[in-house]
Amino acid sequence: MTSLAEIRGNRRVQVVLGLLTGICFGFLLQKGGATDYGVIEGQLLLTNFTVLKLMLSAVIVGMVLFAVLKHYGYANSHAAEGHVGSNIIGGLIFGAGFALLGYCPGTVAGAVGTGALDALVGGMVGMVIGAGLFAELYPRLKKGVLVRGPFPAVTVPEFLHLNPWVVIVLLEACMIGFLLVLEYSGL
Amino acid sequence: MYQSQGVEMVMFDVLSQASWSPYMAGAGIGVLSCLALVLADRALGCSLAFVKARGMIGKVISAEKTMKMEYYQDIVPQVDWAFMIVPGIVIGAFLSSFLSGTFHFVWVPALWGSVFGGNVVLRVIVALAGGVLLGFGARWAGGCTSGHGISGSIQLSLASMVTAACFFAGGIAVALLLFRVIGVLV
Repeated sequence: MTSLAEIRGNRRVQVVLGLLTGICFGFLLQKGGATDYGVIEGQLLLTNFTVLKLMLSAVIVGMVLFAVLKHYGYANSHAAEGHVGSNIIGGLIFGAGFALLGYCPGTVAGAVGTGALDALVGGMVGMVIGAGLFAELYPRLKKGVLVRGPFPAVTVPEFLHLNPWVVIVLLEACMIGFLLVLEYSGL
Repeated sequence: MYQSQGVEMVMFDVLSQASWSPYMAGAGIGVLSCLALVLADRALGCSLAFVKARGMIGKVISAEKTMKMEYYQDIVPQVDWAFMIVPGIVIGAFLSSFLSGTFHFVWVPALWGSVFGGNVVLRVIVALAGGVLLGFGARWAGGCTSGHGISGSIQLSLASMVTAACFFAGGIAVALLLFRVIGVLV
């Protein structure tokens, strides 16, 4: 039987897997309604909660599954140290773009697949320019703002000084509770 | 009653539905994110593909300059797993919308048009500005809505959860400003 290391190390296999993963992702995003401008902008205007429902469902299922896979050695954690200067400032810049464009980096590609031309000519072209701009500025940012204000911990269990399984149970309960409240209040 | 309907027909019915419950689609994305972590040992993210695309365009224009850039030492501009995600999404979303008969070309989304009108140039300019900020911010924060928001969160990463909260905090603030303030004034 081929080992995981062989699959992960084979460049050609990885290119095909990336394409297949993307196809499944795009299919699910479109079926879930998240490739629609009105749905995404509606989430940011707090009038449509489809995006949050979809994301939280993904995290609810993925969090348990990942913990089990990691426990049995099938997956590794990639959680890395965060910084105020990188994660919070970058997150807010992203947010501004998210609202102006009405799509995020994955859903902009999905929207193109459904025929949205503003997502292609505006969104995808803009993203290539913006990402390239960051690559140009990176040498000047990497020792400055990007490493300002390191976070006190890498993972939530470390931050709360709790057992990871306890944190998973707590987070799952919070997310499921939140979705129930959303449904219950008719949103 | 449905004896003549084979499994293939049922499958086709499901695949050609206009939409699925966001809970079902989300659960599928949760499983897919874990599969990516197992088979590729990577977070299922989309913003890397855009910077790799920029690097590959740069290599065509000036290979020497591009390959010397520090950013492209770690993030190699090449066709690989992370790059193929984005063309994959385009194909997947096309298949989904084509099967359900909802595929159609549109320049100005309905919600945008209802507030800012049907001017294509205005919409494309704002979308382009948004795209630049989105690409720049995603690389600044080291990931996007799926990379941080979903894959990072399932790994219990504190940085990813804080970043995802900032995506929405910034997004909600600017969307409300755009639609509830500027949109009302113009």
